[in-house]
Amino acid sequence: MQVKMTVNGKLFESDLAPRINLADCLRHEMDLTGTHVACEHGVCGACTVLVNGDAVRSCLMLAVQANGQSVVTVEGLSSDAELSALQASFRKHNALQCGFCTPGFITTAHALLTQEPNCDEDRIREVLSGNLCRCTGYVPIVQAVLDARVAYQQMGVK
Amino acid sequence: MAQPILKPVERQSKNVGSPKERIEDLRFLRGKGIYVDDVKKQDVLHVSILRSPIAHGLIKNIQTDEAKKLSGVVAILTAKDIIDRCGSVPLIPIRLHHNPILDSYKQPVIANEKVRFVGEAIALVVAKTPAIAEDAMGLIELDIESLEVASDIETALKNEVKLFSDPKGNSPLTYRSKKGNAQLVFDNAAYTRKEKFVIQRISAMTMETRGVLAEWKAESQELFVFGAAKVPFWNRAALAQMLNLDKNSVQLIENDVGGSFGARGEFYTEDFLIPFIAKTLGVTVKWIEDRLEHLTSMNQARDCDAEVEIACDREGRILGFRGHMHYDLGAYPRTNGLVAPRNITQFLTGPYKVDNVDLSCDIVFTNKTPSGTLRAPGRFESNFFCERLLELAAKDLGLDPVEIRRKNVLTPKDMPFPFPTISPSLIEHTADTECDSGDYRETLERCVKDFKWQELQHLQGQLVDGVYHGLGLSCFIEGGSAGPRENAKLRLEKDGLITFSVGSTSVGQGVETVLTQIAADELDLDMTQIVMLHGSTTLLNEGWGSYHSRSTVMGGSAVTNATDLFKEEIRVRASAVLRCDPSQIHVSAGVASSSQGGSVTWNELVSSSPIEVMGTFASHHHTYAYGCAAAHVSVDPKTGRIKVLDYLVVEDVGRAINPLTVHGQLVGGTVQGMSGTLLEHIVHDEQGQLLTGSLADYLIATATDFPSIRAVVLEQYPSPLNPLGAKGAGEGGTICVGGAIGNAVANALSSLNIEPTTLPLSPLRVWEMIHET
Repeated sequence: MQVKMTVNGKLFESDLAPRINLADCLRHEMDLTGTHVACEHGVCGACTVLVNGDAVRSCLMLAVQANGQSVVTVEGLSSDAELSALQASFRKHNALQCGFCTPGFITTAHALLTQEPNCDEDRIREVLSGNLCRCTGYVPIVQAVLDARVAYQQMGVK
Repeated sequence: MAQPILKPVERQSKNVGSPKERIEDLRFLRGKGIYVDDVKKQDVLHVSILRSPIAHGLIKNIQTDEAKKLSGVVAILTAKDIIDRCGSVPLIPIRLHHNPILDSYKQPVIANEKVRFVGEAIALVVAKTPAIAEDAMGLIELDIESLEVASDIETALKNEVKLFSDPKGNSPLTYRSKKGNAQLVFDNAAYTRKEKFVIQRISAMTMETRGVLAEWKAESQELFVFGAAKVPFWNRAALAQMLNLDKNSVQLIENDVGGSFGARGEFYTEDFLIPFIAKTLGVTVKWIEDRLEHLTSMNQARDCDAEVEIACDREGRILGFRGHMHYDLGAYPRTNGLVAPRNITQFLTGPYKVDNVDLSCDIVFTNKTPSGTLRAPGRFESNFFCERLLELAAKDLGLDPVEIRRKNVLTPKDMPFPFPTISPSLIEHTADTECDSGDYRETLERCVKDFKWQELQHLQGQLVDGVYHGLGLSCFIEGGSAGPRENAKLRLEKDGLITFSVGSTSVGQGVETVLTQIAADELDLDMTQIVMLHGSTTLLNEGWGSYHSRSTVMGGSAVTNATDLFKEEIRVRASAVLRCDPSQIHVSAGVASSSQGGSVTWNELVSSSPIEVMGTFASHHHTYAYGCAAAHVSVDPKTGRIKVLDYLVVEDVGRAINPLTVHGQLVGGTVQGMSGTLLEHIVHDEQGQLLTGSLADYLIATATDFPSIRAVVLEQYPSPLNPLGAKGAGEGGTICVGGAIGNAVANALSSLNIEPTTLPLSPLRVWEMIHET
């Protein structure tokens, strides 16, 4: 099927098999391997991307469903020059070890802080409870997201 | 007692000891890490593995004709194809504590005539895309004659169901640890108590599943294998031998690795099968494990029972331990499957001064996924047994839980303190080991003080607002720095680039950062001036990898040796230029200067040839970090739910090279331990069928489960056994959780006379215990 979507601000057009999911499309058709696949049934959150600003599990969405949508991956939230406020906060708090779940946490937390920059710790834990991490015990991740709120508050609620 | 090799304070520490932000994070945070499925190669074929749907049976027929007809299928291979090429089906070798008794129990790399667990590989489909490979897999017809199943220890021990033809049956090996005269002290002790314990089967559940990408280069007859982790050098030797290749024509490439926890990176059947396909078909081929395969074929762990007895005098001094245990290894002995049953037998006495021990543990084969090491193998389990018994002894003798531990933990005058001798132990230097240094009272007292243990005593066992409150303690030791050695290569290139490579592998623990901190200090440079190249067998001749909390201790010590040799080479070269004796050369950041006057830069010294030195650190003495944890829980008698209200772990790690990453190991290890104590459970039914085959069924901790975890890292007693003074810190957080939470739950429910002896402490189990009383 013909598919046309915006990925990290660039137009992507392709003829895709209907059964390919968005995660595989991003990873293997577009070489955006920052989006990680760890369970393929929507439980672990590692493959989370932003679709029109909302956090979405790209393993549970067919690529064709993204037709006409705007998709942002962890690569789209990064610059080679310097880390974003959220990324820098993760680094400061040692909120990652093996790094495999990290892109999913970054995209999920970015969506949360963009939509709710004044969220409290309980809300952060509730939202992040949809992402699995095996290394950190989550304590530093929650601290990192709490600490990054101020940067999003300064940007204003979008 | 071993003498200090070099006191840590004598070395420079600009970076060591400082909470440096990690080098690895810069790529991981941007999604630029390269994990095995991210490796790009041209014309890659994909493999799907057909696995046994039943736990025990005889393979009668594998019909692949229909599957082969599917467009895009390149080949389908079974045991027959491997026998045709190799003469027989190769067996998975045993990496640690090998014993020839197990030769007839080893796992064939693909099921040959018989299957022994759900998930055992039977056929390999090679196709142009992963989807075609999976489609074709569905077209293979399997005819397997079912056999009776032994899915638990009790059934297997009856030997009515025989997994193997060996007359030794399903339990061919028993570990035994002995010290002093247990019989005598138990005959005469004022107090003894015996209890039965059970610990459930769990999984390491690394976030990245396993994966192998193998590339055969026909022209040079070389094999490149991506996706290696943990112990690539050992795995290379194993693979080369199985494929009848020289090990120098096989390279294992370590990419970024999404967690190991002991399980990822061991040599599994797929680590032979995928390279075998590449070499046999002359192709580049890839297999990425899915989560269900991960749950049926990667090593599982724990799964043991125990009947253990403690003897004390009237004052609560421990006189001895004795008892017998069983460890369910699943269907086959994996590369490191013997570690946990061995550790459970030797290390049950943990941090306590115990002079009389007689413990044994049978290994038992059952029709389940094979078992291997998982963070704190055998140590988590035996800590639970030991700490629960000690808590019961305190209760029975009317002693305070802190007081009974205070009386028994090791102090400096006890050091070095030997553990019981373990047998069988066929490899030199492995039967005996001893606690190296420390004052174990200090971590106990610090934990009790920081936790406000005394101030919280009014809550102990009390029902407040409908929930029972309980406080529990657990003291522990963590073994580290497995030998025999580690290597580090350091190079100064002609263009001034300094690189180093270490046999320690990067499995997400931050070893690039930590070892760069060490190298930078030793060379008096900034961390940005040195690049660590890690893990691949292309970089060093030999390395020993990352397990047993060894990567920093052994690898870091090898780095210090490499930097010493490097500076020596700088002195030699500079002395020739500056016309003086090497002993007159002072080496500092990038410069060598003579006490006679004159100086030369390092770069000038390599204008004609680079400097390359090979450092090594050899030791068969293990380090022992130690600590104490305290837990405050509430138990809801209506639902059985346990909430961890507060938890503190204090560990003395000898020396924290990077306090940020050590703290991360402790907190992360603790939550993994909590998850294994309260949530996780791999369940098989009586037919050996896995009932927890997804992350929706197999619960691991999430961000809402354990918000209140604290950790304190101490450095009071540097290890005398290595130049860094480090003791390793990857497992301590995990070891003590079962004991601390188990004791807290017991104390919460003391008015109901409930003593938890079985894990996990799931809401259902706790509710049942409450309602059985």
